[in-house]
Amino acid sequence: MATGRDDFVIAFRSAFLKKKDKQKFSLLTLIFLSLFTIILGNFDFKVIRIFKSGINEIIYRSTFLISIPENKIKNISIQIREHMELYENYSNNKFELDKYKQKKLSDNFLKIENTKLRNLINENITSEDMLAKVLIDKDSPFLKSIILNKGTRDKVKIGMAVLDGFYFVGKVIEVNYTNSRVLLLSDLNSKIPVLLEPLGIQAVASGTGKNYGKIEYTQKDYKNQVKTKEIIVYTSGLGGLFKPGLPVGKISNANITRIKFFSDFRQLDYVKIVSYKIEGSN
Amino acid sequence: MSSLNKSSFSRVFLSYFPSLMLFFSVFNEFDFNYLRIENFSFNFVYILIFYWTLKKSDYLGYVSIFLAGLINDVVIGMPVGISSLCFLLICLITAYLRNITLSPHFINDWISFLFTILLVNSIQFIILDLILLFEVNYIRYLINTGFTFIFYPVFFLIFNFLNQKNIIQLND
Repeated sequence: MATGRDDFVIAFRSAFLKKKDKQKFSLLTLIFLSLFTIILGNFDFKVIRIFKSGINEIIYRSTFLISIPENKIKNISIQIREHMELYENYSNNKFELDKYKQKKLSDNFLKIENTKLRNLINENITSEDMLAKVLIDKDSPFLKSIILNKGTRDKVKIGMAVLDGFYFVGKVIEVNYTNSRVLLLSDLNSKIPVLLEPLGIQAVASGTGKNYGKIEYTQKDYKNQVKTKEIIVYTSGLGGLFKPGLPVGKISNANITRIKFFSDFRQLDYVKIVSYKIEGSN
Repeated sequence: MSSLNKSSFSRVFLSYFPSLMLFFSVFNEFDFNYLRIENFSFNFVYILIFYWTLKKSDYLGYVSIFLAGLINDVVIGMPVGISSLCFLLICLITAYLRNITLSPHFINDWISFLFTILLVNSIQFIILDLILLFEVNYIRYLINTGFTFIFYPVFFLIFNFLNQKNIIQLND
């Protein structure tokens, strides 16, 4: 029995400490180094921040270059799928276009009315936006984020909203000198205050790690009201970071806790980074 | 002379193949996610590290595995150091398996691989979810572990073929 335990200890000690001819460090040293890196990474010291930012710059650029062949294959696969669904998409789009042409007329009226009302209460929302290219779009099963080619050099700041056309897709969570990371709405760690319209109910839109989001922290009886209507989810602007009224997605009657995002996060090429200023709201 | 040079090139290439594949896959996240198959994902890097550190530990240095882990964290967006720790834990288990195994057998390796990835993913999940308070989906971890386990024999055959080829060239 003692011999068996000794064998285990010897084998384990050997695995930890033994170095082969080509190995410069033992496993134990490197495991401690990894733990040290994890601990150090959680401190927000300026030196660590600059070091991390430098490493990120190099790795993001390298990943972009190395991913070129895979991205080509990805694009070909998307193109083939789109060609297969061409006629069906055309019919759907034609129908949708007619519907939206009619809706646009009433929307224009509401827009003008909204501007007038904001002027009445001296509230003015100004926004600045910049176009950014998506450098890395890795659809990781664990974390949903993208890397953009704009950073502190272009005055990008943490918390800025990112839009795909008019649709809200996420927020900036990490900024380096020439690039930044955006946490997508579909990530499990993403939580955005939203407004469910036309019900006017406040809620939180959370990511699920999949291609849809879910509604949390809202009125208990909202489900009863959803059954009769289609609900559009907009940013509520309550966090103070985003402009209210950015379209996020819609909730259909089929699944009333699931948000179907308007934007397809797997096909983002260019996005807008937007900052807002709300003046005279007090 | 020409054939000698050719053989020397392919020998050098095969000896660097695991390291090249490791860095290529961490930079590129080699996981076929673009196929858009719902809930499908597997961890190629785990298979690569497990196989090569178990069978030919000289071909894959611990320092390069550590660096690959750091790159993987930066690319995916996880706290830096976690993947390095996980990759090195795989190395630790394979080093232990090498020490206690007298006659290697595929089924034993495969079962050990399942135990290894379950342990490593559990440690990663504990660090991310309980210590660093990252929200992660453990079902996705389980699915990823399952597919990684299923894919092991496929890559085992490919790597074995390359390994055998290299051994033949060394003996020539």
